[in-house]
Amino acid sequence: MIRFEPRETVSPLLRTGVPVAAALAALALAALPIMAAGAPVLQAYVLMARGAFGSFFAVSELLSRATPLILTGLAAALAFRARLWNIGGEGQLYAGALAAVAIGSGAISAPPAVMIPLVLLAGALAGAMMMLVPALLKLRLGADEVVTTLLLNFVVVLFVQMMLEGPMKDPMGMGWPQSEPMADAATLPKLFDRMRVHAGLIVALIAALLAHILLARTVWGFEIRAVGENQDAARHAGIPVTATFVRVALFSGALAGLAGVGEVAGLKGYLTADLSPGFGYAGIVVAMLAGLSPLGVVVAALFIAGVFVGADSMSRAIGVSNYLADLVVATSLIAVLVSGLFVRFRIRLVGPGRRASAGKDTGA
Amino acid sequence: MMEILDILVSPNFWAAALRIATPLIFGVLGALLCERAGVLNLGIEGIFTAGAMAGWMAAWLGAGLWGGVLVAALAGATFGLLHAVLTVPLGLSQHVSGIGVTLFATSLSYYAYRTALPDVTSPPRITAFQPLDIPVLSDLPFLGTVLFQQTALTMLALAMVVVVGFVLYRTPLGLAIRAVGDNPAAVEAQGLSVMALRMGTVVAGSALMALGGAFLTMSAFDAFFFGMVNGRGWICIALTVFASWRPGKALLGALLFGAFDAFQVRLQTEVGAFVPGQVFLMLPYLLSILALVMVARKADYPRAMLKPYFKGQR
Repeated sequence: MIRFEPRETVSPLLRTGVPVAAALAALALAALPIMAAGAPVLQAYVLMARGAFGSFFAVSELLSRATPLILTGLAAALAFRARLWNIGGEGQLYAGALAAVAIGSGAISAPPAVMIPLVLLAGALAGAMMMLVPALLKLRLGADEVVTTLLLNFVVVLFVQMMLEGPMKDPMGMGWPQSEPMADAATLPKLFDRMRVHAGLIVALIAALLAHILLARTVWGFEIRAVGENQDAARHAGIPVTATFVRVALFSGALAGLAGVGEVAGLKGYLTADLSPGFGYAGIVVAMLAGLSPLGVVVAALFIAGVFVGADSMSRAIGVSNYLADLVVATSLIAVLVSGLFVRFRIRLVGPGRRASAGKDTGA
Repeated sequence: MMEILDILVSPNFWAAALRIATPLIFGVLGALLCERAGVLNLGIEGIFTAGAMAGWMAAWLGAGLWGGVLVAALAGATFGLLHAVLTVPLGLSQHVSGIGVTLFATSLSYYAYRTALPDVTSPPRITAFQPLDIPVLSDLPFLGTVLFQQTALTMLALAMVVVVGFVLYRTPLGLAIRAVGDNPAAVEAQGLSVMALRMGTVVAGSALMALGGAFLTMSAFDAFFFGMVNGRGWICIALTVFASWRPGKALLGALLFGAFDAFQVRLQTEVGAFVPGQVFLMLPYLLSILALVMVARKADYPRAMLKPYFKGQR
């Protein structure tokens, strides 16, 4: 039979190596659907790798795709650390994008030094407010935040559609439901000529660093971790649990909101209702791959972005559906979840009549 | 005012309400079964999608409509088994596993559809379930229209309410399922396997959820579209709390929801000129949140829900 023996200590190598192995396993498993599609497996992988980092252009695409994923990944990681299940990253992203467009597409005109911080702040605030609602519904009325955040995603996207077909529709948009373009002063500069990667990446990296410092070095961070580990114990220890939940909800929503700002102000230049191909949901996978560590989020986001960009490019070349990327992302979430067992437990095969005496039997 | 009353007493209105409620009846029954056994199944949204895709695809490939329904149930059971393995013997986070199953089932369905039908621009159609029009019964005033001119899958959904209710409250198995979600240690003390009960229930519940998806592609519509489930699974999770995990109340909750949705569609034709369509489309989600918030404080969650149980644990 199989026995799970809890490990007393977990080496850093194991802690980082296991999720990496899980992600690679998920990538390897993609061979099955590629085969099912009747495509040459090896060539598909080569094309994916080339599409993700085979050229300067590919790397730029990879980084621009990683930008929102870092931010939604941080949003999920921070919330999950406190065991606040924010599955509403998608909606908060759209709220942030909507706020950025509302401020940045001509309502205010000011130099970039004013406009860019203003737009970032507006987006972060909108995302934060969007997460404050389910947090308060949870804390005041006991409504499960998983369900409310999930349902609000649909509400926000519909609200965005309504605005884009109504008051925020671009009169010059040839009838398409899209917003007016962001003013030049409110546009995040590109990092390289003729490449799409933009200053949002810098914002995302700073956010990751700040989130790391917040969690590892501040009282608030300590409180977030304590609440996540054991809410009752935290309350007994005098930690303000409710305030911590509200705080983490605001931070989490703000980060997802910033992802939306980056997409409109850095990448697309205007808002449409199909701005995000599920960055909010992919952020959950990023956070889990990263073991909920803010710095790990950056690495995990690069991996997931690579999968998306690589699969897109491969799909264009040999016609395997780019839903393959979503499949790899989903598989890596399940793989990393299972792999967590290898980090937390020593897994032993125990033959009958040879029961080890050490370690507590937690069953199999 | 009279117009609203006219709508509410019209048999066509209630027929539409029951039609809209059908996938939700399947979904809520499936979700409440899983949760009664102590397992939150957030895989529901993906299982809906998988049921919708697999059922439709089987029918389209010539398995027949009931063959399609069977395939949908099997697909649901398979993803349910995945969730069950991850959460019951392995005891992993039910939240994360559920989201994982949803992402996996959704992307696999989309990938399979795209791979099987790479070049289609408009989705191919099947001949969907037709209204039964049961002789004599369908000529009854009011009830004839509401109940007996529905498709077979709606009938199946109503039958499942009775079946799930009977199993849960009138059989030893049901007693064990309810106990395993409240006090697994006591079930084990009776010499029953907590693991087998929980896994079996999650698999069966997931098969039911998939039928909700199958209804979408094989009865409500006759084709598969990307994004067609559109949050119905999440709505079911909210309605399950609203229904206090009881099959009868699940039917009531789904019907109320269906009635509201049918009502807003009719309202839309009245005031659609003044109110943007998206406002109406938002209502189902807002209503679900409202339903959840209304009962959240006094909701009596199965006590061992979300808590993994290992053999010999006290």
